Parts: sequence; C-alpha cells; structure tokens
Amino acid sequence: MTVTAWTAKEVARKVLDRSPLFILDVRNEDAYADWKIEGYTIDYLNVPYFDLLDGVEEIMDKLPKDREILVVCAKVGSSQMVAEMLSDEGLDVAYLEGGMKAWSEYLEPVKIGDLKDGGELYQFVRLGKGCLSYMAISGGEAAIIDATRMTDTFLDFAEEKNAQIKHVFDTHLHADHISGGREIAEATGATYYLPPEDAEEVVFEYAPLENGLEVKIGDTPIAVQALYSPGHTIGSTSFIVDNTYLMTGDILFIDSIGRPDLAGLAEDWVGDLRETLYSRYRELSDELIVLPAHFMIMDELNEDGSVAKKLGELFEDNHGLNVEDEQTFRDMVTKNLPPQPNAYGEIRQTNMGKITPDEESQREMEIGPNRCAVR
Amino acid sequence: MIQTDKVLDAKGLACPMPIVRTKKAMKELAPGQVIEVQATDKGSLADIKAWAKSSGHQYLGTTEEGDVLKHYLRKASETEEQEEKQFPHTVTNDDLQDQLSRKDVLVVDVREPAEYAFGHIPGAVSIPLGELDSRAGELEKDKEIIVICRTGNRSDFAAKQLADSGFSRVKNAADGMTQWNGPTEQNEA
Repeated sequence: MTVTAWTAKEVARKVLDRSPLFILDVRNEDAYADWKIEGYTIDYLNVPYFDLLDGVEEIMDKLPKDREILVVCAKVGSSQMVAEMLSDEGLDVAYLEGGMKAWSEYLEPVKIGDLKDGGELYQFVRLGKGCLSYMAISGGEAAIIDATRMTDTFLDFAEEKNAQIKHVFDTHLHADHISGGREIAEATGATYYLPPEDAEEVVFEYAPLENGLEVKIGDTPIAVQALYSPGHTIGSTSFIVDNTYLMTGDILFIDSIGRPDLAGLAEDWVGDLRETLYSRYRELSDELIVLPAHFMIMDELNEDGSVAKKLGELFEDNHGLNVEDEQTFRDMVTKNLPPQPNAYGEIRQTNMGKITPDEESQREMEIGPNRCAVR
Repeated sequence: MIQTDKVLDAKGLACPMPIVRTKKAMKELAPGQVIEVQATDKGSLADIKAWAKSSGHQYLGTTEEGDVLKHYLRKASETEEQEEKQFPHTVTNDDLQDQLSRKDVLVVDVREPAEYAFGHIPGAVSIPLGELDSRAGELEKDKEIIVICRTGNRSDFAAKQLADSGFSRVKNAADGMTQWNGPTEQNEA
C-alpha cells in the first residue's frame, strides 16, 4: 500500500480543520512525554522506532483502519522507515517530512483583520511551540512584532504582499524562544525596537521602545502606541495597533497570565505584574482585541486558528485577572510554577547577542513545550 | 582512549541508522563485551540510552570529541545476574568505605575498562576479569585485596581465582558498584 509524505503545513491544516487523525509517534518515550503534535481530533500511539526494528506486527491491531495515520519522529528517517514497514503490512500511511523539527519551526499565517486605512494584520501561529508573531501591512510597508527565528517566513510573506519591512519590535526579551527581530532588521534595514529595561546587556544597536512611542507604516498613519507594562520581564511593553489591537506580549494570554520568574526575580516583579494587569490594563477600552505572544493550550485557538479575544471578555473569563486577594495572587505567580523552559538562560543570552549558537544548537535550545504562563 | 571489544563507525548516519547498526553489531558480541558506537547524530544520545533500557543492555556512558559522540554499551548477559555468589569472604559497601583509607588494602575493579572509565572508586586498580589470570602478578601478595564489579558476580569469580592463585587475603565486595554511594572518579576522556 502507499506511503505519503506530508509537510508540516499540511499537518497544520488538518489540526486547524479538526480532521480526524491518528499519530504513531516513534520517538523515544521521554521526547514524546515532553511534547507532541497537539490537536482536538488526534489520537496517539507512542512506540519508539527501535522497538519496531524487528517488525511492526505487534502494533498492527492498535492502529485504526478507518482514519488517516501519520508516523512522526524527531527528524524524518525513522518515521519513513516505520511508514514503509506499515505499508508492507497493507496500510496506507503518511509520515511527517522533517519530523518534529519541521513541526516546531512551522508558522501558519492567519489573518486577524483589516486595518482602518485598508491595510491588514496577520498573526503567525507557531503550532509546535505556541509562539505568536505579527505582521501589520499598510501602503507597501510592514511592521513585525515578536518575530521568531524562522526569518524567511516573514521576509517571504512581506515580499509576497509587496511590502517593505520598516519596523521590527520585540515586546520583551524572550526566554523561551530565539527572536528573529534583529536578523530581520539587519536584512531589511528596518529599525529594531526593544524595551530599554530589558536591553541593558544587549551587545547590538537597537532603538528604545518607550512609553508613548508612535510609528507609522504606509501613507496613512497607523499608530503603534507603546505602553510600558512590566511584570513578565521588567521591560515588557504592550502595543496598541490602529487603536484596535492590544499586543500583550507575555504579560497577558487568553487563558492565563505571564510568569515573572524567568529572570530570577519573581518576588521583585510580582508587584509590577499585578499593577499592569489590575490597573493599567483596566484603564484601556474593553473593546481592544488582545493579541498575545503565546498560546499554551489548543483551547486558546479560535475556530479559524487565530488566537485573539476582546480585553473585556478576558476580564470576565481569564482566571489570572480575577484574583481579588493580593497575597493569593503573589502565591499563584511565585509558587508551584511549571518547570522553566528548556535552556531559558542560554536563550536569553542569545537574544542579547552575547552568544551566537549555530542553527542546530538553536533548535535544540527551543525543544519542548512553551512554559511562559501561570494558570 | 577507552578499550573496548568492538568499535562501530556510525558517523554521518542519520536516525534510525545508528541504532539499526548498533543492534546488529550487538548480536555479534559475546555477553559482557563492550562496544563503542561513534555517531555524529546528536539525537543518538537519548535514543541509545532509551534503546539500552528497553533492550536490557547496559549503557555505560558517552564522551564527546569534536562533533563525534562515542557511546559505550555492554552487552547484557542473562546468567550474570542470577548466579549465586560462592566465595565465602565478602564485605559490604559500608565496610569497604571504612577500609579505603587503610594502606594495606587494595581495591581491584574487574569490570570492563569502559565501565571503569565512567565511574570507579578512587584508587581502585582496573583489571578486567578476562585479564586477571595473566595480570595477577601485578598485585602485591601481602595486601588485602577487595574485588569489586557491577553487581558482585564477576568479582565473585575473580575472588575465587585470586585465592586459587595464592592470594591469602581476598574479599568480594558483594554489593557491587550499582549499590556504591561513596565517592567515584572518572577517567579523563
């Protein structure tokens, strides 16, 4: 029977369309337990490829006959081998091209909406890692927010839209993934903005992202209004784009809030985090659409694959915004935190420009699920 | 360099080939023998550990030289774990630790060189069981000799062998290195 190669893009489509899918994950058990392809309509079986070298007979009765089967491994070789063995046993199966590596690096562009002057706003959903990046396009110019290190995706997308990238922002110094902001700015001549409080140790030139900064893209003004909002990091800065969208970085997510401990200063920053979430954001319009830098669980995705919700709704539904007692809040965000992201210290060093690991090492550093939030 | 019974070159091979080759090479080894697997695929480290666990072989350790990972594995031997220990004079690991400072005590580690390399009692002399016959002459007859291995079985053989060759003060550290909580040191790779 047949073996088909699926790209990460095709798998992303199936996840977002909620097509029924059975995944046979042949990585070792630790890797599978750490992270996998998530989806509402996916069933899983994890059997390491090295337990299948002598044959797949033992797992044949655990595989469904009535739905698509995708074999997944770390890079591709093992899944291809197992897929061929299954095919020899009479099954139609697919394997994931590039394996979990490709899955981790795939970005799905989702249109969030039109801008008032006719421009567009896109969200780039990194399904394998939970990172969210943004591109606002207007009048042949583009601004990018919280770009991941897969810079080609952004450069190609801008080119497709005939837009020149003018401004690149990071809402804060990331600790869970490597930023592509600096590389994109260098490649396009765009200005790279970072909050100065987060950038004290960076070794490259940047423009300070400060309260009240306004930049424009295109012929008509699109205000990108910076709003100092410390808590996840001391420099964390939110943006309001086009008076409609609130880019919250890692301060506020759809179903959770940012953790203040990744620079080792949880106790110091918990007060700032509360101030930002419970006072500064309260002063903003409930109608603003919150666009965070991450999602943690599939429940945070809307039907169309976007991750966005009105600020007013979050004040109603997000548990992290509804802890009345200050001490309870402090305990919640400083105690019983999830494990820290893989290699977060090295990732911060990389984003400051202090170390320059090769691509393979950057991949290794980013492995694993996103853990920027407390719920 | 760590002495092994076989070296497998899996450099430049991508997953799953390093494990496929290792599995095949392992079949050709005798129980208890040690293989060095050279690989450049970084993922081979986690996979070889997990495979060893699932297949029952003993993963000894990995060294890194430039881009090359060298994994050391010892082929499982079914009989080794089950045999009863027969040599009458034994010491527990606690006793052994108390006696380490004594000048007239010599610890002889009879595991394979690769096992020794990834962790042994400081000051222990490495003589693999297979070489004990020919190298017993290196040992001073007037010292008390405490023989140790991984689980106390190879050292049981070794203790008998030494006693038969005329060493009068021989003991088997029956708990073995798997139960050892005291200090250890590693060879320079």
